[in-house]
Amino acid sequence: MLIYAVKRFGIAILVALTVSVLSFSMIYLSGDPAIALAGEGASQEDIENVRRVYGFDRPIIFQYVDWLLNALSGNLGHSNYLKSDVASVIFERLPTTMILGACALGFALILSIPLGVLAAIRPNSLIDRIALTIAVIGQAMPSFWFALTLILWFSITWRLLPITGTGSWLNFIMPSIALGYYVTPAVMRLTRAGMMEVLSSDYIRTARAKGLRPATVLFKHALRNAIIPVVSLAAVQFGFMLGGSIVIETIFAINGLGFLAWESIQRADLPMMQAIVLVLSVFYIVLTFLADMLNAFLDPRIRVS
Amino acid sequence: MSERILEVEDLAVSIPVSAGLLRPVQGISLHVDRGETLCIVGESGCGKSLTSLAIMDLLPKKAKRTANHIRLAGEELGDAGERVMSDIRGNRMSMIFQEPMTSLNPAYTVGNQLAEALKRHKNVSDAEARDRAIYLLEKVGITAAASRLGQYPHQLSGGLRQRVMIAMALMCGPDLIIADEPTTALDVTIQAQILHLLAELQREFDMGLVLITHDLGVVARIADRVSVMYAGQIVEAGSAEQIFTSPAHPYTRGLLECIPVPGKTRPGERLGAIPGIVPSLIGDMPGCHFASRCPLAHGACNTAQVALQDASDSGHAYRCVLPASETGTVDFKGAA
Repeated sequence: MLIYAVKRFGIAILVALTVSVLSFSMIYLSGDPAIALAGEGASQEDIENVRRVYGFDRPIIFQYVDWLLNALSGNLGHSNYLKSDVASVIFERLPTTMILGACALGFALILSIPLGVLAAIRPNSLIDRIALTIAVIGQAMPSFWFALTLILWFSITWRLLPITGTGSWLNFIMPSIALGYYVTPAVMRLTRAGMMEVLSSDYIRTARAKGLRPATVLFKHALRNAIIPVVSLAAVQFGFMLGGSIVIETIFAINGLGFLAWESIQRADLPMMQAIVLVLSVFYIVLTFLADMLNAFLDPRIRVS
Repeated sequence: MSERILEVEDLAVSIPVSAGLLRPVQGISLHVDRGETLCIVGESGCGKSLTSLAIMDLLPKKAKRTANHIRLAGEELGDAGERVMSDIRGNRMSMIFQEPMTSLNPAYTVGNQLAEALKRHKNVSDAEARDRAIYLLEKVGITAAASRLGQYPHQLSGGLRQRVMIAMALMCGPDLIIADEPTTALDVTIQAQILHLLAELQREFDMGLVLITHDLGVVARIADRVSVMYAGQIVEAGSAEQIFTSPAHPYTRGLLECIPVPGKTRPGERLGAIPGIVPSLIGDMPGCHFASRCPLAHGACNTAQVALQDASDSGHAYRCVLPASETGTVDFKGAA
């Protein structure tokens, strides 16, 4: 187990370093950063000044190491647009996005795992068809369109839920559904496939031959094994949802990281964008690592070699 | 006469398939007494495993079971519901399967899976269940039994896993054990050990044992009585001695001729082989199921309903229109 954890952790560190290189190089993607910073109509002298002040004239490897060390100590740079420390802005917005992501994932799992299990117990039954329909629609519907449809029904037609803001928990209902619904089909289909495979396995027959009650067979013996791949999938999907939150937060005007990303793109606020990419990526890497650990906990074949 | 543990009369299984109604088990009758070993022999696909699953009421959902009687120690189970059956399974009647590698749940320890079998049926504490598990693991020849309880199935070899499965079947002290080809998936050296173990435990705990196998060598070693199955039917039943010394059905003779006998089969001598393949069991089949492969078959064999008839000696029955004296002339040696 310890070896496995160390191995996974090493891989996570390597991925994080790769991501840091990518997000660092973002600054050079749109051409010479000194020209961009100096602004339109700046003289050659101004540009040279900017280059020297910001250190763009040094070898790129030094710039990267400097930037990385700063990032590790919590200094993610300075936003020229907001005239403020990038890290403080990001960590002020981060909790909102995390709450939204957790609610969305929670909604997705609560909807999709029971449906997947039911569909697997009775394949080709009515409930299986309904679950399949939900999956197909979920996969086919763009999340922004679904979000707008929700607003149209629940806020404009029926006036049940607030459209924008983060004032109360009611504000999170529609965004969570809109964001989580997109994840539902994959999780549901994987649960169904996993359950069907497990239910036809020899050890389920053994469990029944022991006279165990149907609920014990289903939950203790079947679901426990079928859920293992779902854990990995949920972690990956959570990463996708962080990306999807850019759209959803913008639609519902939720003051989270996704909204901030969109604003920063609008303002060409490079240090901010760079930091958001880095923070989201690191968060995603941490999540994947945790999913690996959870998998090991659930599957003794990984845990006990 | 000792206590009759299992009595099955006219058991049949049917499965609807796209081509019609598949009838893999037809009119099976058998019985097992306490302390007795019944071997059900037959080639792959003859319905042996489905017969055992039907007795346990563990058939796949689509399969339908009918029977005049299925009695366990006198209690009628033919029409018992799932609730009654689940109280009996693993408690008074246990099953050991063919695939030890996949028959244990990979997510739980051996100890957990053993204890669970006992705690489902008996009101015992965790400690008592643990003690019983250790006792039985030692009984099935597993060393360091206490430390095995914390191990997971993937840490054990196939032979060990099958021993664990046997211990699990014994947890509640059942009257009857049905073992469906318990040694097929194991190494030859382990096979003998497991069989020896089964026979020993059966004697010690005085249970009935139904052993399903296609290995006649196994049968010769541990069977008291033998039922030979072919294409869903029992074609011959009798004591092990009767089956091996005076087989009456052409199919049984064919099976026995397939085996080389040390000291009797000359080097270079051809072994017997039964020509043809097992017939499809979809729909009704008139006549003898073995007719298409039987060297002695004649016109009547394809149409006559052949019942199990008594051969000369008591308890020995076979399903053939010919008298036992005539089936003796069958020869499979030139058939291959």
